[in-house]
This record gives sequence, C-alpha cells and structure tokens, in this order.
Amino acid sequence: MRIAVCVKQVPDTTEVKVDPRTGTLIREGVPSIINPFDQYAVEEAVRLRDAAGGGEIVAISMGPPQARSVLIHSLALGADRGILLSDRGFAGADTWATALTLALAIKKAGEFDLVLCGMQAIDGDTAQVGPELAQLLGIPQITCVDKVDLDGKKVVARKLVDEGFEVLEAKMPVLLTFMTPSDFVPSNPPFSKISKAQKKPLETWGIKEVDGDPEKLGLKGSFTTVTKVYSPPRREKAVMLEGSPEEIARKLADILGKEGFF
Amino acid sequence: MADPIQVDLEKCTGCGLCVKACPFDAVTVVDKKAAIDERCVLCSACVQACPTEAIRIERREVKVDLSAYRDVWVFAEVGEGCAKGVSFELLGKASELAKELKQQVCAVLLGHEVRRYADILAENGAGRVFVAEHELLARYNTDLYSTVISGLIMKHRPNIVLFPATKLGRDLAPRVAATVGLGLTADCTGLSIHDGMLLQTRPAFGGNIMADILCPHTRPQMATVRPNVMPKPVPRRGMKAGIVDVPVKIDQKSIRVHVKEQVKTCAVGGKKIEESDVVVAGGRAACEGDGFEVLQKLADELNGVVGASRVAIDMNRKPKSVQVGQSGITVSPKLYVVCGVSGAIQHTVGMRGSKLVVAVNTDPGATIFEFSQYGIVGDLFQVIPALTAEIRKRKGR
Ligand SMILES: Cc1cc2nc3c(=O)[nH]c(=O)nc-3n(C[C@H](O)[C@H](O)[C@H](O)COP(=O)(O)OP(=O)(O)OC[C@H]3O[C@@H](n4cnc5c(N)ncnc54)[C@H](O)[C@@H]3O)c2cc1C
Repeated sequence: MRIAVCVKQVPDTTEVKVDPRTGTLIREGVPSIINPFDQYAVEEAVRLRDAAGGGEIVAISMGPPQARSVLIHSLALGADRGILLSDRGFAGADTWATALTLALAIKKAGEFDLVLCGMQAIDGDTAQVGPELAQLLGIPQITCVDKVDLDGKKVVARKLVDEGFEVLEAKMPVLLTFMTPSDFVPSNPPFSKISKAQKKPLETWGIKEVDGDPEKLGLKGSFTTVTKVYSPPRREKAVMLEGSPEEIARKLADILGKEGFF
Repeated sequence: MADPIQVDLEKCTGCGLCVKACPFDAVTVVDKKAAIDERCVLCSACVQACPTEAIRIERREVKVDLSAYRDVWVFAEVGEGCAKGVSFELLGKASELAKELKQQVCAVLLGHEVRRYADILAENGAGRVFVAEHELLARYNTDLYSTVISGLIMKHRPNIVLFPATKLGRDLAPRVAATVGLGLTADCTGLSIHDGMLLQTRPAFGGNIMADILCPHTRPQMATVRPNVMPKPVPRRGMKAGIVDVPVKIDQKSIRVHVKEQVKTCAVGGKKIEESDVVVAGGRAACEGDGFEVLQKLADELNGVVGASRVAIDMNRKPKSVQVGQSGITVSPKLYVVCGVSGAIQHTVGMRGSKLVVAVNTDPGATIFEFSQYGIVGDLFQVIPALTAEIRKRKGR
C-alpha cells in the first residue's frame, strides 16, 4: 500500500486577531501549524497503511523552507518519507498551479494506491486543490470524507453531503479529501517520535526535480490573480440592550417587529 | 530564476507600510529598505500599500482573443423535486452581470427528467437552458457531471461560469476547472464587472481578510458562489427560455465511484438551515437542561430554524447538519440570534454573512459581540423565554 498525503503549513487562524482600532490583522506571535484537516489525513493514512499490513506513506508539502516543520510533524505521526516542494518559482501559485505542482511531484514519486488531502486549508478555505489534483492525476475523487475503510482493492468512504451523508465505494487508486469528524482529537507526537522523525528521509525538490516548466508553475502558471487584499468592512459596535429580561425582550421585540420578522 | 517580486531600492524609503500590510509576515525593513522573504505568496498587499511604487510583481502577460467567449452561465443545482434556491440566487446575479456585458444568461441543467425545471429557471432570468438528461445523471456523480459540463464549455465557450458553493458545487467546479485547464475562484461573496472582467471577492483567513480576484488571460472566468449571499430575483411569470438539448454519451462503465448508501440527516420536509431567513443558534450554554428546546420555541415564533456551535454536536445535542462554522455549514440568514456561543473564529466564519445578528451571552467580554449589531449580557434561559413570550403577546396570542 503506497499512500501520498498532501499537507500544508498554515497560520493558526484561531490565533489571528483583528486590531480593533485599525481593522488590520495582528500577526505577531501567530504560530504556524499543520492544517488541521491535513493532520487528520496523515493520521488516517497511518491507520490505513497499518490496516493494509504495511507500505509507504509519502508526505508532500509545497511551501517555503519553514514548511519543513509540518513534514517533520507528519513523519512523527507515522509517515515514512517527506518531500518538501520549495522553490521561489512555485510561489504565488493559485489552486491550479498548486495542484499542477503536486501532481508533478506525485507522478515523480511513483505509483500510489491512495492520495489523501485535507478538505481545505484554513487560511485559503478554497477546497479546490484536492479535486484539481485528482483530475490532473486522472483518478477519481471522494471529497469531504470523515470515515474510510479498506475492502480489498477498494475503499469505502463516508462522505458528507448537503443533505446528510453517503457511503461511497471506489477502486484504488483514488483521491480522498478529509473533513475532521467532530470527535477528532489531533495527536501530539511525543519528543521521542519527533527526534526519530528527524532521521527519516526528507528531500527538498524544486522546479528541476519535478521536471516542471517554470512558465506553467507558481505565479506565472496561475490563471487567477489577487488584485487586492483588505480588511472586511467592519460592523458598528454592538448596541447593548440592558434592563430586566422583560425589558430587554420588549426592546428586542420592537427591533425585530420593525424589521418584519413576525 | 529571478524572483517575481522585486523591491526598487532607489524608490524604497524604508517607511515600513509594506511590513504592516503583509498578511504573511514576509516583509521586514533591513538597513532602511524593504526585504521580502520566502514566506511571500505574492498576494500584492505590499504593492498596494507602498506610497512610492517601489514594489513590483512580474506577472504573466498573454494576449489572446477573449472576445470569442460570450454569455454568463449558471450551473443549476437540482434538489429534491425542484431546482435549489441557490440556483435562483446565482441567476439573479448572472442577470446583473450579463446586462452590464450585454450578453445572455444561460442555465445548465443536468439530471434525469429535469426538463420541467427549465421554465422556473427562465422565470428567474435564464434566457437559454442547456438540458442534459440521462438516467445515469439522476444521481450526482463527479466524473459524469464534470464530463458533460466540460464538454459544453469547450463547445460553446461561455465568458463566465458560476457554480453554487454548496458541497456538490465545490466537488464539481474544481474538477471541471482542471479538466478544461482554467482558473477558479472559491466561495465568492461578491461579483461585479470591472474593466469588462469578472471581479471576484472572497473572504480568506477565516474571514479576517477579503481578497479581490481577477482571471485576466483565460476564459471562461469561473467561480463558486456562496449560497444565501446574493438576493433571489423577483420571478417574471410566464417567461420562457430557449432550450438546447445536450446529447449525453455516457455509460455505466464511466462510473468509478459507486453509491452504497444515502442517509439524509436533515429533517425530511423540514426547512433547511442554509435556506432559512431566521436562524436561532445555541452553543455550549444551550446544551444545559432544555436549552435547545427554549431556542426552538423562539425559532418557531420567527418561522426559523435552530443552528448550533460545534460543541452542541460533540455533545450530541444537535445533528451535524446544523453545525455552523468552518467544519460545518455557512449560513447568511436575515436574522441570526446566537445564544451562549463564545464567538470562536471557526464559528463566526460560518455566520458573518448574516444581515442582523443578536447575541446573548453572560460574558460581557465575549467575542461574539464583535460580530453582532445587538448584544445582551444575560442568561439565555431568562432572556429567550421572555422574548418568545413578548413576541407571542404581540402576535395577539
Ligand atoms: C479545525 C476546527 C474546526 C472547527 N469547526 C467548527 C465549526 O464548524 N463550528 C463551530 O461552532 N466550532 C468549530 N470549532 C470549534 C471552535 O473552535 C470552538 O471551540 C466552538 O465554536 C466553541 O463553541 P461555543 O461557543 O458553543 O462554546 P464555548 O466557547 O465554550 O462558549 C460558550 C459561551 O456561552 C456563554 N454562556 C455560558 N452560560 C451562558 C448562559 N446561561 N447564557 C448565555 N451565555 C452563556 C459563555 O460566556 C461562553 O461565551 C472548530 C475547531 C477546530 C480546531
């Protein structure tokens, strides 16, 4: 069983606060973490590899040299090998160029039975890279999976859909994107595992190593262009309603009545 | 390879505005000059912030004839026995865009025996409806839907294609984008025409920043659009659309993913939370005692639906289908009454599009108040029943 898992380093958006005066992001001291959905994908990869009686998990991350730390984290969680895709020529990639870079790297790294991704990254929230990667690899996809099991050469996955959920079956190779189930508690590898992880193979690949065309990757290969980033229009400070519950209820009923809610 | 972002050291005054503007902490001032490190994702925030135009990003310049691409398409998602409400929202927006471009609105309708929905799509703004019918399309399948839509796009060359940012739309649209080799912008909350191009606005960083995105060199311009953000158009009764029958060549063999079981967790026949005008949401505090029943009574008076923070799902008080937030659903109702929810970003990212927010929380410092127009520092078990009673009284019962 060979499994590729795509992981991304993201700023911990829970820690991102907005400056109440200027409305801009306060980034100071915001830690970089592994995207939580990707952490679940790595833990599932480990479980599936072991259930299949062994194999190899290759964790792949595209990002700046600092992203190495999420690969170390993935190796500590049980991945066998890490590939860091880091090159200034990869920078500025939109989801298409990101998927293309990952596809080149995965093809270069050999044949895989499963390609696993997080459903989306918490900084961009696009949920596009997984399906785009599946198409570029020419394999089927099952997105928004919260449970998965193996059945011989098939996977059986529980996918969350707008109306509830579906149980789907597909022959491998297949790409899955994971949504964390609500009872998921991410494991925190102990120091001993982290120091063992440091000894596992971890390579850095650039444009040359993935046989990429610099015109087709990174910013140059991107179809979409961010023209502006700005703080969302801020709401006026909340008007606080005070008094006894009955007084508050009357004030609130005035407001809701005027807006036509009843 | 030369770095695509360059600082002109002669123009740079070392003022540091770029350092403040960078959302990725990639800019520092070294020796009174801006320096950009590898954390840079080329988002261009520094370029805009720079008062002396000292920072430049080299982009791809391609000249292709884009005028051959015409019309604004909407993928019409079909629910149980009807086109979904979000399809009408998209048609409303598409009509606005098409009017400005002097082009036509087309709906793309896939399924089995779905032709009967063409009229309602026409009444909501579609001038033409592409109808692709096949037994195998009765149920959504990524590969089949993507194959049919990609084929249509390549044949008819639309200018813009919009998909709903539902779970289905977000599974389908990127697959189509990668099939035809095009850009795609996710989960847009704003769309307009800017210099003849589609200006796409979307939140990022858990809603902490907004980004404007263009797709300058390729067509069609494609986006998924967040449900419940765009207003539904007023239907024009009796309107008819030109129907284009789409030949569908697929067979059982093209199905690679098979459905073994389907389970609906949303109340059957009940109103869906994403489509409700009023949502009364409860958090950890509502998990105590009969908290959610208290909220349900208010929701009933307001013809609304009860939602929840993740804690309530973890504690088995509410089903996953009503979880609002990052790992749940996004709602943008006209009224969001939120009780006993602290306001963690994973929750607020799913509700910040709501028009009017009223928060009830015992903690005067709770973050949720920063996302509300009206705040009440108080106990939901006192405030909500009092409000429900007051509304009943005013309704004359
Ligand atoms: C990857 C990831 C994804 C997540 N996705 C989601 C998501 O989709 N949706 C989501 O909601 N969360 C999500 N979370 C969890 C999120 O971070 C918060 O933990 C969660 O939203 C907190 O729920 P809460 O506000 O109900 O509870 P708490 O944070 O415990 O807040 C309870 C609030 O109730 C107030 N209170 C107490 N008693 C009363 C009373 N009697 N009357 C009124 N107020 C009272 C308290 O002052 C407090 O503010 C996610 C977390 C992670 C890591």
